[in-house]
Amino acid sequence: MNAPALHSADTPAARLAFQLYVAIGIAVFLLMMIAGAVFRAAQAAWLPIPANFVYEIMTLHGAGMVGVSGLAGAAVMWYFLRRYVALSTGMFLAMLALSLVGVVMILAAIGIGRFAAGWTFLYPLPARGMGIWGAHAAAAYVGGLVFIGVGFLLFYLDCALAIMRRYGSLARALGLDQLFGSGPVDTSLPPTVVASTMVVIINILGILAGAVVLVMTLVNLYVPTVVFDALLMKNLIFFFGHVFINATLYMAVIGVYEIVPRYTKRAWTISRPFLASWAAVTLIVMAVYPHHLLMDYVMPKWMVVTGQVLSYLSGIPVLLVTAYGALVNIHRSGLKWDLPLRLIIFSLFGWAAGVIPAIIDGVIRVNLVMHNTQWVPGHFHFYLLLGLVPMLLGTMLYACTRENWSETALDRASFWTYGVAGAVFCFVFLAAGWQGVPRRFAVHDAAWLGFSQIGTVAATLVLVTAVVLGVRLLARLPRASLSAGM
Amino acid sequence: MQNLAWILSLVLMAAIAAVFLWVVAGASRPGGDAGTIARSAFQWRDRLFWVVISAGVIVSFGTLWEWPIAGHATAAPKADVVIRATAHQWRWEIDRDTVQPGQLVEFELTSRDVNHGFAIYKDKHHMVAQAQAMPGYVNKLQVRFTEPGEYEVLCLEYCGLAHHAMRTVIKVHAGAR
Repeated sequence: MNAPALHSADTPAARLAFQLYVAIGIAVFLLMMIAGAVFRAAQAAWLPIPANFVYEIMTLHGAGMVGVSGLAGAAVMWYFLRRYVALSTGMFLAMLALSLVGVVMILAAIGIGRFAAGWTFLYPLPARGMGIWGAHAAAAYVGGLVFIGVGFLLFYLDCALAIMRRYGSLARALGLDQLFGSGPVDTSLPPTVVASTMVVIINILGILAGAVVLVMTLVNLYVPTVVFDALLMKNLIFFFGHVFINATLYMAVIGVYEIVPRYTKRAWTISRPFLASWAAVTLIVMAVYPHHLLMDYVMPKWMVVTGQVLSYLSGIPVLLVTAYGALVNIHRSGLKWDLPLRLIIFSLFGWAAGVIPAIIDGVIRVNLVMHNTQWVPGHFHFYLLLGLVPMLLGTMLYACTRENWSETALDRASFWTYGVAGAVFCFVFLAAGWQGVPRRFAVHDAAWLGFSQIGTVAATLVLVTAVVLGVRLLARLPRASLSAGM
Repeated sequence: MQNLAWILSLVLMAAIAAVFLWVVAGASRPGGDAGTIARSAFQWRDRLFWVVISAGVIVSFGTLWEWPIAGHATAAPKADVVIRATAHQWRWEIDRDTVQPGQLVEFELTSRDVNHGFAIYKDKHHMVAQAQAMPGYVNKLQVRFTEPGEYEVLCLEYCGLAHHAMRTVIKVHAGAR
């Protein structure tokens, strides 16, 4: 039997695959940002668009952003994980190809079939288009998600197999033997492998739950007499959705673990608190989803208590391990700032700060008066727009130029404008939520227009600066190297 | 509650921003041995961990000891008035829309089609309470309307084309029957 390869080969095909992910990722992020800004402008009553079209844009923005976040996060994970285990470029490309098929189906469902049930396709809304969309349009959307899910599942299974071949089991790759052992921690286990293992575990389970609920939705679309329990469907959808979108951050943060030490010349190795944190997060991310269902009073009491308590606990690894660890790593390190590093450190702030309103909304008493207000997009835009996106961008920029980025005044202006406008955009959402403004309304009452109008201006500025940063990355994409920082 | 959530969020987010700014401002200056910095910082983190855990225990007991939602998985006080509200795309079917100030009102919420949200607003900027209305289930929401006036009900779970227009009004005035 051949010994397992320790890492993946740096072939031209692998490099091209990574470049494809980056290029498509930038294009989709920018297009979905345009969709989001148009949605906000419609709420601001600045764009006279019919309500059904606004909800189509909302559905497109949600599905597109979640999908591209997953793909870009997976690209970062693949980029670094392949340094330690033998990953398949074919599977990586299969995920992209299947996702593109899914995207075409989703675009057809929305653009031709007028499907507008929101990205969460909350059962049984896909089957209740009320004459706006039909069963085929809903099936195209749901089928598109199935294709994307299959693509991701193939990728994660390939990662799982490669990790098990190299480390023996997922438990060992997660460091559980060391966490619960008595000897000194073996720091040769890379943080990237620990984080990737966590993502593989939660996303395989999450996607399988998603597959089940998608198939059930398809059955209901074509055999309406087969009716499923709405509460069960809601639980499955939110388990899948919560796990999937959270996993994007846990994939992207691998870039932080790998890149920050290159600037500071200080190693970022595993420790018992690190392993405990990732083990805890593996369980918490999967068990915390009932915090989306606090206003479903028929949920068992123990589940909503779990939702509140785990929401609080979920903030600890982010704040006290990842963000704190990064700050300790850079403190008085004598590093040289450049655009990739600025973006990465800023992204940690966005993630850490965004956790706060999320935890607060997870308190049942607060949720009672803030659930489904704009507080919700306020907190998730905080850790996606100000956390995930700069984390991905910083990592991809680094992959193209390593520590040799020549920073221009335009870079600095774009970075600061993105950060400030992005923060204003998110705080306007939070302020609107504080004032009870509902989320997901195509038409806003006059009393709420001020929030949407300021939000639209901020969104436009974010979009312009994102275009600048995206073009800067694209221009350097031909220089991308799979061994940056090695 | 909304004010507390807003102010607490701002304070804690500002604290995180301050820590980031302080560290970032000094990051480009070399400052000695990395091991010494890490040891000291992680000792502080251990203490901070127990502070955060203690705060979590206090917050959890403080917010959950008295169950926050009457009637949710626990015995509820007997309501003065019971209102049955059934959601349809895109209207509310309510068997009564007028109550007296001070009455404890129980809303029994369900849906004939998709998921909806039943959110009661005192005015455009202040939500009083909410619950989901789901097909196949009845969620019970108890509210005591202390002030007279007209309370608008908005659907807060996206339910299709006219979601934003799915509204009704609960009138609270003395002498209502």
